[in-house]
Amino acid sequence: MKTKKNLTSLILPVAFLILVFLLDQLIKPTDSMSMLLTVLQKGSVYALAAVSMNLLNGFTGLFSLGHAGFMLIGAYTYAIFTIPSQARDSVYQYFDALIRVSFPEVLSGALGGFGYVLGIALAVILAGAIAAVFAWLIGLPVLKLKSDYLAIATLGFAEIVRAIFQWQKLGPVTNGSNLLKSFERTSTFRITLGNGTVISFATFVPVLIAVICISLIVRLVNSTYGRAFKAVRDDEIAAEAMGINLARTKQLSFCTSCFFAGVAGAMMAMVLSIAQASNFKVAMTYEILLMVVLGGIGSISGSIIGAMLFISASEWWLRGLDSGSFLGINAPGIFRNGFRLVVFSLIIMVVVLFFRKGIMGDRELPEVIQGWRQKRQSRKRRAE
Amino acid sequence: MKILLPYILSGVSVGGQYALIAIGYTMVYGILRLINFAHGDVFMVAGLVMVYLAASTPLYIAIPATILITVALGFTIERVAYKPLRTAPRMSVMISAIGVSYLIQNLTLYITGGLNKNYPEIPWISDKITIFGTTTTRVTLITPFLTVALCLILVWIINHTKIGMAMRAVSKDFETSQLMGIRINSVISATFVIGSFLAAVGSVLFFTNYPGIVPTSGSMPGLKAFVAAVFGGIGSIPGAVIGAFIIGICESLIKGLDTILVTQGVMASPFGFATFSDAFTFVLLIVILVFKPTGLFGEKQTDKV
Repeated sequence: MKTKKNLTSLILPVAFLILVFLLDQLIKPTDSMSMLLTVLQKGSVYALAAVSMNLLNGFTGLFSLGHAGFMLIGAYTYAIFTIPSQARDSVYQYFDALIRVSFPEVLSGALGGFGYVLGIALAVILAGAIAAVFAWLIGLPVLKLKSDYLAIATLGFAEIVRAIFQWQKLGPVTNGSNLLKSFERTSTFRITLGNGTVISFATFVPVLIAVICISLIVRLVNSTYGRAFKAVRDDEIAAEAMGINLARTKQLSFCTSCFFAGVAGAMMAMVLSIAQASNFKVAMTYEILLMVVLGGIGSISGSIIGAMLFISASEWWLRGLDSGSFLGINAPGIFRNGFRLVVFSLIIMVVVLFFRKGIMGDRELPEVIQGWRQKRQSRKRRAE
Repeated sequence: MKILLPYILSGVSVGGQYALIAIGYTMVYGILRLINFAHGDVFMVAGLVMVYLAASTPLYIAIPATILITVALGFTIERVAYKPLRTAPRMSVMISAIGVSYLIQNLTLYITGGLNKNYPEIPWISDKITIFGTTTTRVTLITPFLTVALCLILVWIINHTKIGMAMRAVSKDFETSQLMGIRINSVISATFVIGSFLAAVGSVLFFTNYPGIVPTSGSMPGLKAFVAAVFGGIGSIPGAVIGAFIIGICESLIKGLDTILVTQGVMASPFGFATFSDAFTFVLLIVILVFKPTGLFGEKQTDKV
């Protein structure tokens, strides 16, 4: 039974990744279905961000609103360490760039194609690691705070980070308030074969990173550490009485969550091909929080579904609300720019007010499917 | 001193405007234990309503109407988004507040088309005046006095009227006061009405100093006002006002620090302090939360098992 379960949990992601890889090759950017690729790319970024926030808010009960700040750190770290040397001077127009290393470039010089992949991986991991170091530092003082004070302190921290990264004096590293561009991004993840065919990895790479990171988080949540997180969430005092080191458990959860937020930030830079501090506002944290709520606080599969639905609805399905016609109704007067977001925020308010548990509640997808199966079986038995 | 004066003046003025918003935060938090994230957006909506009303009606109608509409908005938000969640965990209410904030921002974005709306010029209070050799607008001088006056009236209401007594009771113990026959729903509504009224007054004073309003104009002043409320000790009205003045003055001085230091010859070139004028508020927040989580005038609360 156990091996069978392990096998299915391995086969499903692999099959999904193969599907994504094929979609990458089959769908051309000019197709009407190319929206699907955009949704998959952005969706995987937000899915990872939402799952990492859920690890903190849903599983450890630490209400943090600093995610945008940690994603910013991740995005900048990744961008800075993957700018190719010939593009560096045009990116740092007004400054003398201080960091002159590009991981993919250096490693592909030494190891070829494998080195390039390794360089990207290294930059992504470094993005997470630096975010985690910042999280550790800020966690020392603020994790002692209770619920909403923690929320506002982390929110404040994100704003401080944003100000620091836009500071002109740090220009040689962060390019001041100007954006970072021309680094290795999804549109450069491609191989041109000898006969001219291009194999694109634009969607495959972000989805792959998200799948790896989310499965790591699932493993963590199901481990003894995960149980300690849940114990802290349910009752801090009882957890402490049972011998759980509160400070260490909270710090571990916070740093892990922020590590993956940093990775999500790196993916965000990859997908958007720019990194700019002014994009990582409080509003981004709010959006991620709303995805978590939409999917159900305390459910990892819920967060993934929430993020995918959020992105598909706002990027794709509700597009018509902004451009004049939706579901065959033509009303350019009402369906103009911004209406999509209004409808969308109304839907979210309805979820928040009337379906407080979100789509999944605190259950996971396999449990839900198993529940359906059992129901169907018992119905069959009764019919017999 | 002469070089500091304009910064201190504008700091006191901004501080007064933050104070008017901060009172709304601190009262709601005192009673519902809720960070009303939508409060900053109510403040912004008050500004936008004023823009639209002033375009079609004279000011003596536009200003009272703006205040009325803002109060109605605050009341409605509480009834629609917070009241159904009264028995829910506190986090759900906070998420609802974030949802409301998201909705208001998107709705105003849709209505204004994301364009910068010019705030109407209000005669007399936008006039330029000279004080101790510094030119400023009259609103800069009016704000602190008006703020303190409104604050005193509010403190009087809370200490000497029946509804004020009910508010104090509810903020002390939500459930017991309900058992004692206090209609908590009307007390909570009254809190939101007062908070929104002050936010509307604050928005008239605040936006006359700025060229225009965008849908996100409310979020930063809102957050700063909340920090001011935490700084002064959440739940305490004088605390919120003093906290807001401190934050306003510090922020204004930091904005001008480069100019001051360069003209005084302390530094050769600007250091870029102005980038940190917003961040400073949050540094202050983290420092106060770490060293004195109850704020300047807050009451200490202990957790019971």
